[in-house]
Amino acid sequence: MSCLDIIADYGLRSIGLGERLLPRSDFTLCHQFTLIGSGMIWNIYFGTLALTSGFILATLLALGKASKNFYLRKLSGWFIFIFRGSPLFIQFFFAYFLFLSLKQSFTFLSPLTSAWAGALFVLFCNTAAYSGEIFYGALQAIPKSDLEAADAYGMSGFSRFRRIVWPTMLRLAWPAYTNEAIFLFHATTLVFFSSFPAWQQRGDALYYANYFADKTFNPFIPYPILAGYFIFLTLILIGLFGLANRKLNIHLPKDKHTKIKFRIRLIR
Amino acid sequence: MFEFCANPENLSEFSWLSCYLTTPKHMNLFYSVGTVLLLLLITAPTALLFGFGGAVMARSKIFLIRLTGNGYISIVRGVPDIAFFLFFVIAIDQLLEWTRHKILCPEWSEPIRQGNDFVVCTAAKLPLSSSPQWIHEVYGFLLAVFTFAIVFGAFAANILYGAMRAVPKTQIETAVSFGMTERQVFRRILVPQMWIFALPGLGNLWMILIKATPLLFLLGVEDIVYWARELGGTKTAKFTSYPHGDWRVWYFLGLLIFYLAFTRASELVIDTLMRTLSRGAATLGGDLQRHVGR
Repeated sequence: MSCLDIIADYGLRSIGLGERLLPRSDFTLCHQFTLIGSGMIWNIYFGTLALTSGFILATLLALGKASKNFYLRKLSGWFIFIFRGSPLFIQFFFAYFLFLSLKQSFTFLSPLTSAWAGALFVLFCNTAAYSGEIFYGALQAIPKSDLEAADAYGMSGFSRFRRIVWPTMLRLAWPAYTNEAIFLFHATTLVFFSSFPAWQQRGDALYYANYFADKTFNPFIPYPILAGYFIFLTLILIGLFGLANRKLNIHLPKDKHTKIKFRIRLIR
Repeated sequence: MFEFCANPENLSEFSWLSCYLTTPKHMNLFYSVGTVLLLLLITAPTALLFGFGGAVMARSKIFLIRLTGNGYISIVRGVPDIAFFLFFVIAIDQLLEWTRHKILCPEWSEPIRQGNDFVVCTAAKLPLSSSPQWIHEVYGFLLAVFTFAIVFGAFAANILYGAMRAVPKTQIETAVSFGMTERQVFRRILVPQMWIFALPGLGNLWMILIKATPLLFLLGVEDIVYWARELGGTKTAKFTSYPHGDWRVWYFLGLLIFYLAFTRASELVIDTLMRTLSRGAATLGGDLQRHVGR
């Protein structure tokens, strides 16, 4: 069987297209590359959707934490504290069992017990909390003179927020936010190891890498392949966020641009 | 545990709960909290040691050593940590068995990797198949600790490397002008002064380490996640005198609260430590304290 056949059979295996049975013996390098790469579809799905939807909630959370309203401040503060203070792994477990018991009484919640919705929801809350804290920090760091200038131009309310506060906040937060995005993508690998079932063995990249390592009892091939895929994904992310960073800083002289420095933060 | 627990069927709610939570099986859950604390206690200094080694290597004048140090620091970036955990546990195990096999059974002629199997002679098995259960458990735990130390060592190395570079140049130059050798500068000036720069990063790393402890479950250790799943599952009256439905959600709520409290407490301790250490240091924090007059 040539490698092209294997790609045709297993390339989209993680979303249920192609060959149903996973290979059971005679694992070739091509098998491993194809299946692990196929699993990356899930990592990208979780990462992209959680990041984009989490961005909106994060902005709201940052504004809430900085707001003058006592209840709004406490609410966003606690949301951020709960999701940043506890391990994502435990959050996944808790959410899964919570959804499982909620399903008994509310049948319309049943999709939440499957990974595509339930894990996405947890990741959405988690990344919103982490980015919310980053945005809150940036919000506090907006230069006073910028706000005074906005006031002097007669801006107020929403137009001041949209034209001054929000872009400045994003500009200041962007390097940290880039790291958050990278680690969110890394965190997506936890999904299928935390009770969320991989229905019909449709798992993510780490799920398949683990499958191969278990079957061949040789970790030295599947995990480096997975590492390669993730380094590639990380580079793409850094590139994309770098482009956005340039756009955010377009009005500044070149040496004033805030550089994106890749800083480590491992587990959530 | 308590005497009134002898007949759990006719107990009131509160005493039923107190009996339920003190069954021998639940004691396992409480012991596993000890396992987590033990892991933290061993891993933190080990990782710091690894990190120190990595940072010193990354500063070396010899190209190859510097490359190794930098490689160690940067290899954990860009790749999900959990992949490292899963990888190292098997890799270290196989490495140990392979080495023992080469030493203990030199006359063995068959290949170690036979298709999908990893075969070593019986004498090289780790732990020996004849050894008691607790040795297996300790071995598994030690593998996990070592794995944690490798991964977190890389992160600590990155922090310490930055901290060493943050020590003001003037301090080093002064030491050199006093005629100190390179070794003396390192021991007497650089290392004592770097901690204050490393502390914020190390504090952050400690919080991350706490939040990484549930991953022990994936490494095959019977930790709190394992017991929460075991104990929380539905129990029928046939097998236990404390039947209940699916309570896993409550067990994990408990774990969630445990971790929240733990990270919060650590945060407070780190803040205090930071304030104590900044006293008199040539940093912004230290300056602020001097001006306030404390």
